[in-house]
Amino acid sequence: MDRDHPHRRRDRGLALLPRSPVVALHGVSRTYGADPPVQALRGVELVVERGDAIAIVGPSGSGKSTLLNIVGCLDRPTGGRCEIDGNDVSQLSEDELSALRGRLLGFVFQTFNLLAHRTVIENVMLSEVYRGEPREGRRERALAALERVGVADRADFLPVKLSGGEQQRVAIARALTGSPSLLLCDEPTGNLDSANTAAVLELFEGLVADGMTMLLITHDDAVAARMPRRTSIIDGRLREHG
Amino acid sequence: MPAPQRPRLPLRDLLAEAAAGLLARPARVALTVLGTVVGVAALVATLGLSKTASNQIVGHFDEVASTDIVVSPARRGTRTATSVLPFRGEDRLQRLNGVVAAGTLSDVDVGGQLVSSVPVNDPLGQTRFQLPIKAASPGLWRAVRARLQTGRVPDAGHSARADRVVVLGPNAAQRLNVTRVDQQPAVFLDDRPYVVIGILASVERQPSLLSAMVMPEGTAAREFGLAAPALAQIETQVGAVELIARQAPLALAPTQARQLKVAAPPDPRELRGAIRNDLNALFVLLGGISLLVGAIGIANVTLVSVLERVGEIGLRRALGAARRHIAAQFLVESSAMGALGGIIGASIGTLVIVAISAARTWTPVLDPWIPLAAPLLGALIGLLSGTYPAIRAARMEPVDALRAGT
Repeated sequence: MDRDHPHRRRDRGLALLPRSPVVALHGVSRTYGADPPVQALRGVELVVERGDAIAIVGPSGSGKSTLLNIVGCLDRPTGGRCEIDGNDVSQLSEDELSALRGRLLGFVFQTFNLLAHRTVIENVMLSEVYRGEPREGRRERALAALERVGVADRADFLPVKLSGGEQQRVAIARALTGSPSLLLCDEPTGNLDSANTAAVLELFEGLVADGMTMLLITHDDAVAARMPRRTSIIDGRLREHG
Repeated sequence: MPAPQRPRLPLRDLLAEAAAGLLARPARVALTVLGTVVGVAALVATLGLSKTASNQIVGHFDEVASTDIVVSPARRGTRTATSVLPFRGEDRLQRLNGVVAAGTLSDVDVGGQLVSSVPVNDPLGQTRFQLPIKAASPGLWRAVRARLQTGRVPDAGHSARADRVVVLGPNAAQRLNVTRVDQQPAVFLDDRPYVVIGILASVERQPSLLSAMVMPEGTAAREFGLAAPALAQIETQVGAVELIARQAPLALAPTQARQLKVAAPPDPRELRGAIRNDLNALFVLLGGISLLVGAIGIANVTLVSVLERVGEIGLRRALGAARRHIAAQFLVESSAMGALGGIIGASIGTLVIVAISAARTWTPVLDPWIPLAAPLLGALIGLLSGTYPAIRAARMEPVDALRAGT
């Protein structure tokens, strides 16, 4: 574990408080089907502290997406224990899992997942809808997030008018709205050219420098190398790099 | 950290998201709504038209029949008190409050004499006819709502002087080949000439007048010994029929009122109900079938929409939407489509009723609750139609939805 990384513990002095890690996986496994069963994850141990930024790199079929889905509370493990911000996922109801996703997690997907018929700012505002937060100030908060990722001038455009890099920035702005405890990125540069990839990675580095806790999965070693902490996954088993 | 609470979706946000979902595909929404529009319009129009039509029928029935009283001598055993009704009885009746018009009518026994329009025998064709001969008091014409093709009807003077004038019913005029009265044509009863002063077009009561030759009562009394009128025809104001039915015998024959019988109209409400029920059953069935087609349309399009928006469903779940929020959004969308169809359909249906009524010069009649309930009916249909697609959307696992939607 890279506990001495300089970006750790920058999150507004919270290191002194006795807070649980953002993510704690203990012996997590995930098996699909029964005939024959496919073991996507095998006894995964992973702790992500506040301010950690971890890249999990692995080839296709290694189980990295399954891991992200479990950490993102989109799926439940079939074995082991998964805690998100101190909540044992296995003890939570479906509704509570939904609430946890809405309040604590921000997702960035490879395909951006922007709603094509909604403007850029409406896409960003969507992330607050299911938190039940008041509508007042929603637009301002979304605009601030767009400014943070550098696409505020595109606020009233439809996503289709934006380049791939800009669309991914909008998706990142959507994930950042509401200050999530953990940003989960699933191959965030997978659909981008090299110039846009560099721009997005630069943005991530800035977020990490600001203390954002991140878990990024990628099959690209060059992308993983930009993260302070790296872990590889092969055949459902994690192996941490120095 | 304490366990997260249940996720909340304020109603305003739910409505805004559903509206945005609908506005994203306006053409499809318009086509989907069309099914409900047709169904609701058909239902509203058919219900309205059935009510309008039955009201038209019943209104006509009401107007004529519910103001119609006929007083005639009662039959007692084998005897009929034929001379109870007085001549000029209409004057007594018209003094009753509630009587609009009154007159007396009799069959005249002319002893089998034939009527002809020319005084000579034509060996090639029939020129002499056996026609019903009737005698009417001056007030009768108004009481039977007679309309004239041409000419005029006899007045009190004709009756008092026992003038030889007649009015022909349209059938009688046709048989006698009399079409105009400006030359004062004569018809002959046996060999006595009678001047035709008018030809009837129609009557709304006493239809036997249509094929008869009608002379003034005074003429019938003098020439054929008519002893007394055979019946008194009364038109009352609407609602006065029961009162007049009680008063008329006393007014006509104060001392022999019990020897008169009064024919007052039957209660028209049963007829009204029967007509309306027949029409409604058919029309509601047609409207119901149209609505079923509309409902299937909404269900189909909502299901397609769910399948197309799998990625969006996955994204919303990732952003914290619970299953019920996904279901609620699709239900609101389908209900809104149904309600929109209901509003447009009710408007079109109402316009159809007004247009048809205007074309037929009917009075459009529509229960006020129908156009108000139509959007609710549309929304209910949308809600029911959207239930299965909404359940399918809500049951999607977020992982599967995100994977399938990319």
